[in-house]
Formats: sequence, structure tokens, C-alpha cells
Amino acid sequence: MSDFETVAATEDQSARRGVSGEPGTPDRAGRPGRSRSLAGDAWRDLRRNPVFWLSLLLVVLVAAMAAVPGLFTANDPRDCVLSRQHAGPSGGAIFGYDFQGCDTFARAVYGARASLLVGAFSALITGVIALVVGMLAGFFGGWVDAVLSRVIDIVLGIPLLLAAIVLLKRVSTSGETVRLFAVILVLALLGWTTAARVVRSSVITAREQDYVAAARMLGAGNGRIMWRHILPNALAPAIVVLTIALGSFIAAEATLSFLGIGLKAPTISWGIDIDAGRVHMRESATPLIVPSVFLALTVLAFIMLGDAVRDAFDPKLR
Amino acid sequence: MTQNAVRPTPASPTPPGGHLLEVRDLHVEFRTREGVARVINGVTYHLDAGETLAVLGESGSGKSVTAQAIMGILDTPPAHVRGGQILYQGRDLLTRSEEERRQVRGTEIAMIFQDALSALNPVFPVGWQIGESLRERAGLSRADARRRAVELMDLVRIPAAAKRLGDYPHQFSGGMRQRVMIAMALALDPTVLIADEPTTALDVTVQAQIMDLLADLRRDLGMALILITHDLGVVAGVADRIAVMYAGRIVEHADVRSLYRAPAHPYTKGLLESIPRLDVRGQALSTIRGLPPNLMRIPSGCPFHPRCPYAQQVCVDEVPHDLVLGDGRTSACHFAQEVHDDRVD
Amino acid sequence: MFRFILRRLLQMVLAFFGTTLIVYALMFAGQGDPIQALAGERPVTAAQRAYLTEKYHLDATGVGGFFYRYVTYLGGLVRGDLGQSLTGRQISDILAAAWPVTVKLALIALAVTVLFGVTAGVLAAIRRAGVFDHATLVLTLLVLGIPTIVLAPLAQYFLGVRWPIFPPTAGAEPSFWALLLPGIVLGSLSLATALRLTRTSVTENLRADYVRTARAKGLVRRRIVGVHVLRNSLIPVVTFLGVELGNLMSGAIITEGVFNIPGVGFNLFRGIRTEDGPLVVGIVSVLVVVYLLSNLAVDVLYAVLDPRIRYE
Repeated sequence: MSDFETVAATEDQSARRGVSGEPGTPDRAGRPGRSRSLAGDAWRDLRRNPVFWLSLLLVVLVAAMAAVPGLFTANDPRDCVLSRQHAGPSGGAIFGYDFQGCDTFARAVYGARASLLVGAFSALITGVIALVVGMLAGFFGGWVDAVLSRVIDIVLGIPLLLAAIVLLKRVSTSGETVRLFAVILVLALLGWTTAARVVRSSVITAREQDYVAAARMLGAGNGRIMWRHILPNALAPAIVVLTIALGSFIAAEATLSFLGIGLKAPTISWGIDIDAGRVHMRESATPLIVPSVFLALTVLAFIMLGDAVRDAFDPKLR
Repeated sequence: MTQNAVRPTPASPTPPGGHLLEVRDLHVEFRTREGVARVINGVTYHLDAGETLAVLGESGSGKSVTAQAIMGILDTPPAHVRGGQILYQGRDLLTRSEEERRQVRGTEIAMIFQDALSALNPVFPVGWQIGESLRERAGLSRADARRRAVELMDLVRIPAAAKRLGDYPHQFSGGMRQRVMIAMALALDPTVLIADEPTTALDVTVQAQIMDLLADLRRDLGMALILITHDLGVVAGVADRIAVMYAGRIVEHADVRSLYRAPAHPYTKGLLESIPRLDVRGQALSTIRGLPPNLMRIPSGCPFHPRCPYAQQVCVDEVPHDLVLGDGRTSACHFAQEVHDDRVD
Repeated sequence: MFRFILRRLLQMVLAFFGTTLIVYALMFAGQGDPIQALAGERPVTAAQRAYLTEKYHLDATGVGGFFYRYVTYLGGLVRGDLGQSLTGRQISDILAAAWPVTVKLALIALAVTVLFGVTAGVLAAIRRAGVFDHATLVLTLLVLGIPTIVLAPLAQYFLGVRWPIFPPTAGAEPSFWALLLPGIVLGSLSLATALRLTRTSVTENLRADYVRTARAKGLVRRRIVGVHVLRNSLIPVVTFLGVELGNLMSGAIITEGVFNIPGVGFNLFRGIRTEDGPLVVGIVSVLVVVYLLSNLAVDVLYAVLDPRIRYE
């Protein structure tokens, strides 16, 4: 199931929210202007938000797991002995062993790497595509905007899972690394639209600002205006969307691997392990529950982090 | 779902010596994240049956908030009524229950708003919206409400009313939309109509038409009208009396003729001098210097003193009381008499 | 209104050609043996090879050949002839048997979404910043953050195996009761999104100027919220639900796979697992059409609900 649609739906809302004012509050003249910096306000809100700290902690933890899994477990996740099938906890294997006799915990720890690689690289490529497309569409407007917006509409209209199934079918017999890159590319190619829309709308807002007109009057070229004046404005909202997208990408990777069209063994992925654990849940549920919890917490952490940052920057809906 | 019972008949007519509607020492504040804004600070005004009172002031002066307090449709939070009375036919509305106040809305006191496009519900036909009060409040049948809606649209001079019943607000021009609003407000035959900047969003020619319509309707239907505006020009031909508001206070209160002839408050004087006049050639238009005050930090003494050409030390130290200038005029200025004698032209 | 629908219909036809072309090109264009690509790692018998060559006109070569094959495939799709799966069954027969189950499941999910999501969204908006509001926000965030591949097996394990409240798998001819848990799992994501969307939309509309007008008319609060605000707020929500129904039907792959429900998603799931290329292409093509149709239906619905669009 695609988590992108979800993000897109909430995103569209906030984009529209930005446009409409705040009707029904008469006589607003008395309030002080928004002179204090928005970023300062947002940071003050964030600092007091436990959700922010909790999700940040989880993200750091998972990142550390992906970078140096050896810190968290001494066992080798590929050291599987069938005689240990579904054996209880022993040695370093605090959650026991799975159907293949592998250390459940060690596999979950080592699974972080593939997830984060896919999530981070997909988000990175997504970010680049979104910034370029959103910047061009928002800055130049006119037919450029019309064409790019149509492209966004079309890509947004493609059901993610179905398209991924078709695309990944092509690499079904390829090796470990090729599959990893294929998954990253497929997710990025299908998932950049929401971020592009966000960038586009913030570019349009920035374009209308007085300082941009001033820079233009002083003879700054398009390139310089885009790079120096508009990009910084579009960056913050884009990063928020990309953080949430990173979580969605991790979920999507696990889903594809679960279906058997994403990553495949010998790559260790939570999706693969969840599928394996699911089949044998009646004998032992731990090999299902452990990677499930790891995956859910990781995805949640990124989504909550993005959500918290966005709320801090856009307090209107509180 | 609704208690469309009999319309509450005015239990007591206006008590002898009293006014139809009277606002006494009203205080309203807005509690926001940034702090408390004192939006209304002791507003007092009254309205008699059949007359037109204009409430004049810049945006932020509290004129709309006062009107919404009378209607009982302030958004709480952030708005909180902190004190005062709103007497309608001698009874204080503020002490009544929400249900009793709701009964008053529309039937006794009705209100029309500035921007008719957003004030009308975009997804219902105008006929439905006009008829809604009739069905829900007066208990009319669907067909009767429809028939009456056409009559009301005719009354506010919407051409081909019967044909336009099923049209949606966005299909009307600005002026026509405002007429729909007026028709809606008139549905339950109110005694008092509050018009909150009814012409601000409109073209100048349409403005005049709407003002004429309101004046005619007021006369024909025998209503009392409170006309809220920031535009002195709009008021001149229509109003009987004017109350000028500044920083949540009434600073001057007079009949139209004498106020135009000789304003008794520097703020009113400034407003008058800032409108172009046809009868004075080569006159330099003046403006009021400075900005309206921040309602979270209202200046000490007379709130107008930072912008006032007449200001003395006393204006910084002491809040001026209403000075009575004869023939019912008041002015909240330490130097009311001087300002009054210092003619505009 | 008519012109609006016509325009959308034309757009849909274009999107149909575009999407099917992409699907087809990705499946068959490029390097290697197309038959082996269809079959994946499975060995292909001579009979299958002959059938696939004939079915997909693989003997025609080059760009012209590709378009010839594409047009033939499209013709088959329009006629409802999707060919045979590698197991030799007619794909249209498989789908005919699977659709009712999938539709039933999607409708259960949608009912759950509307019943709980929209209602809770309205309540949260009315009591904004209250306990209920905060609780639903946290809860929906949790639901949004938990992927279906976690939710479905865990629900199956805890509510089907560990504490057997629901049947853990559905099997052939599933009863309503057997579809209820999968329906809730499938609908949970839509539920959370619908809840948030409803909450945002109602909150926004509660602040709208027309609400003040309605209050000035002396209407009771129940009518203001229940008629004026709701009618406006539900425009984006109904639109979302329409799109979501299309998603639910194509998005049931995992839920149907996990709970063993013999619907369309389950067959796709099996097709992927068994590397049955023709079955996957056939089902994906049909699902894309369903998706496009549901989007069209939503656009029309939007025009019906919002008079401002209707007269554009």
C-alpha cells in the first residue's frame, strides 16, 4: 500500500492552508507583526516537543545500527544452523533463533543497513529531482510550469506498488547490488512528485517577495536569483517533506522485499524477514515480531520527525 | 432538529425613556498566544427605533467587534466579554442564555457582512440560503419559503429573482451578492439591522446603489440601522447620528450635520480633512500621522495622543472623559471645545 | 457540467493509452528473451513458448513490431481477453472469480474508514486541542507510520492465532466475518488519512465567514456544523474516499496475500511469487484501468459536490 498518497493528501492540505488567511478573527490590526523569526519560533516549539526528541533519538539509533551493526550485536546474522531452528534465547541471541536457525536480533540489527541505504538514497535523488522540477516550474511559470505540472500529475497518478512490480520485474534475476540500486531508482522515480509540488509552491511564494524584485532590479540574473535568494526558502519545506518521504521509502522497500520483488537474500532486509516470520508464526512468533517492530519504529521515527518539524513551522492548525 | 416555534413576540416594548438598543460600557478582550489585546474599552452607544446610527472608525478600532458582541457571535476564544451591558428593549442580552440569544438573532437583530462572497455558503443555492431561516426559524414549508425568498429577492431589487433562486453565490456579481445577503438578513423581519461595512468590497457606483437600497429598506420596513464603516463619505447621506470609534472607545458622538460642520475630536477632524471635498478648491489633503495603536499596548492617557496635533502633557497623563457639548454631542477629548471652535474650513 | 465530464473523459483516454504503453513497454521492451522475462527463473516448456510467441506476437520484430504487439495487446484488453496464465487458466476467468471478493473487502474497508475516520475527524475538529483531538492525532500518526506488511501479519497473529477472535485466514468463499479483520487492516491507513483530512477540513470551515453568517441567522449549532460546515468539509473527504476506493482495490495485494483471501490482489501476489508474467501483466493492466476509472468517477463526483467547479 502506498504511503505516498497519504503524505500527498496531508501535504496538499497544508499547501492550501498557507494561501487562505484566517477569516473570522476581526480586528487583527492590534496583534504584533510576525517580526520574530519564524525559524526561531519553530526551534523554540521543537525544543519543548518530546515527540521531536524521541523520534530524533530513534533516527540516530537506527543510523548507528546501519553504520556499525557490530556495536549492537556480536553475532553474525548469516551464521544460520538449522539445528537451532526456533530455539529460545541463548548467548547473544536475546530473541532466540528463526526458522533457518539464524539469530533473530542480529538479523534485525543488520537489516537496518539496507533499509536506511534505500531510504536515504531514494530521498536524496527525490530531493534533487524535486528541487530541479519544482524550481523550474515555480520560477519560470508559464508553459514550463504547465508542462511540468502535467508531468507531476501523471506520475502522481501511477499507483506506486503496481508500477514498482512492473519495473522491478526487469531485474528479477540480477545480483544483490543491482537490485539495491534498482529499488532505490524505482522509488525515487515514482516518489518525487509530492516534494516537487511543495518546492514549487514555496518557490512561487519566494518569487513574489520584495527582496527578489530588488535583486532583479540590481541586475542579478535568473541563475543567481534562484540559487541565492529562492533556493534557501524552498529548502526547509523540502527537507521536511523528504524526511517524511524517507520513512515512506523505507516502508516501500520493505513492502517490495516482502512481496519478493525488492531485495532478495543474501541481502538482509526487514521485509524479507517479516515474510519469512509470517509463514512460521504458529511455531514461533518472535521472528515475525522483532523485524516488524524494528521496521515500524524506524518508519514512525522519520514520519514523526518530519511531522513535528512541519508543525513547528506551520502552527496554524494547532 | 429545530424548535421552529412561534416567533418570540417582543415581551416588553421599549421601556419609556429607554432606547431600543443600548450598549453600556462594553469591554471585550482577545486572549491570544502573543498576549491580551484590549479590543473594546468601555464602548457606550444607543439606537432608537427607526433611526440610523453610523459607527465610524479605522480597521482595528473595534467597531465590528462591538457589533458581533451585540449579535452574540464573537468567537470565544479568543474573544471574551469582560464587562458592560447590551440592553435590547431594556433587557440585558449579556445575562441571557445562549439559547435565548440565539432566538434574538435574525428575528430581532440581524446582521450583514462585508465580503458577501465568503459570507455566503458557497455550496448552497442562494434561494436555499435565504429560505433557510424561514424554514428553520419561522417554520415555513419548503414551497412557502421558496415563494417568500423570491419576494425578498424582489424586495432587494435582484432582477429575474425567480430564475436566479437556484444559482450559487459565485454566479452573482459583487453587488448582487450583497443584495442576497440583505435579503437573507431581512427574512425574519428584524427590528434592528447591523450592516458591517456593507459596501467596502464593492465598486463605487455599486456602493451608492447598495446604500440607497439600505436607506429605502430601512424607511419602508421601519427598521433601525447600525451602519459600520470606515468611510465618512458613505455615511453622509444615510445616517442620523455618528459614533466615531478609536482604540475600542467612542471618541466622538454627534448628529451627522453638526459633526460634519464642526468635529469636536481631533481624530474626527483628521478623518474629515483626509477626504477630498468638491467645495474647496486647491485644498491640500492632510493625513493623520502615525499608525493605529497596538491594542496590547494602548498608549497611556488619551490613546490618540501620539498622533494628535493638539496633544499636551495632560493627554499623556489623564484619560479624557466624555465632554458634553450641547445638543447631545459628546467628545472624549481634553480640548474638545477648542477643536470644535477650530472650524474645518 | 457536460463539457467538464467530456474533458475529463478525454484526459482519461489519453492517460489510458499512456499508462498501458508504459506497462507494456516495460514488460517487453529491452534486452534478452522476452519469454524468459515473462516466466522469470522458471523453465519454459516448448508449448508455453509457442503459446506466448503467438499470444504476444513475439515473432514480429523492431519498433513496428513492438507497436503491432502493443495494439494487439490493447485490443485484447478492451475486449476483455487477457490471455492465459502460465498455469493455463484464462486470466479473465481468474479475475471474474476474484473481483467480487476484492470489491467486498474494499467496501468493508471503506465502511470502516467512513464510520470511524470521518466521524472521529469531525469530533476532533469540533473539540480541537481537547483530549480526544490529541489522542486521535497520536493514534493516526501511529497508524500512518506502521506499514501494512507489519500491521497485517501482526493483526493476523494476535487477533487470529494468539487470541483467536477472528479467523486467521479466509480461504475460498470467505464469509463477512472472515473478511472483517482484513477489511479493518486494509482500511486502517485510509481511516487515519480520512480522519486527518476531515479534521483539517472541518477546522478550516469552522473558521469560515459563512459560519458567522449562519450564526447571525440564529441557526442552532447542530445545524451550522451538521449542514453548513459538513457539506463544505466533506468535499475533499469524499474526493479522497473515491480515490481511495481505487487504491483499496489495487492496494489489497498484501492484505489479501497475508489473509489468504482469493481476491485480485491475492492472485497478483501469487503471480509475483510464482513468477507468472502473463498473469502479472494482465492483472496490473486491469488494475490500472480500474484506477483510472475511479479517478474519473472522483472528478465527476467533485463537480457534483462543488458548484464552483461545475460552472468552471
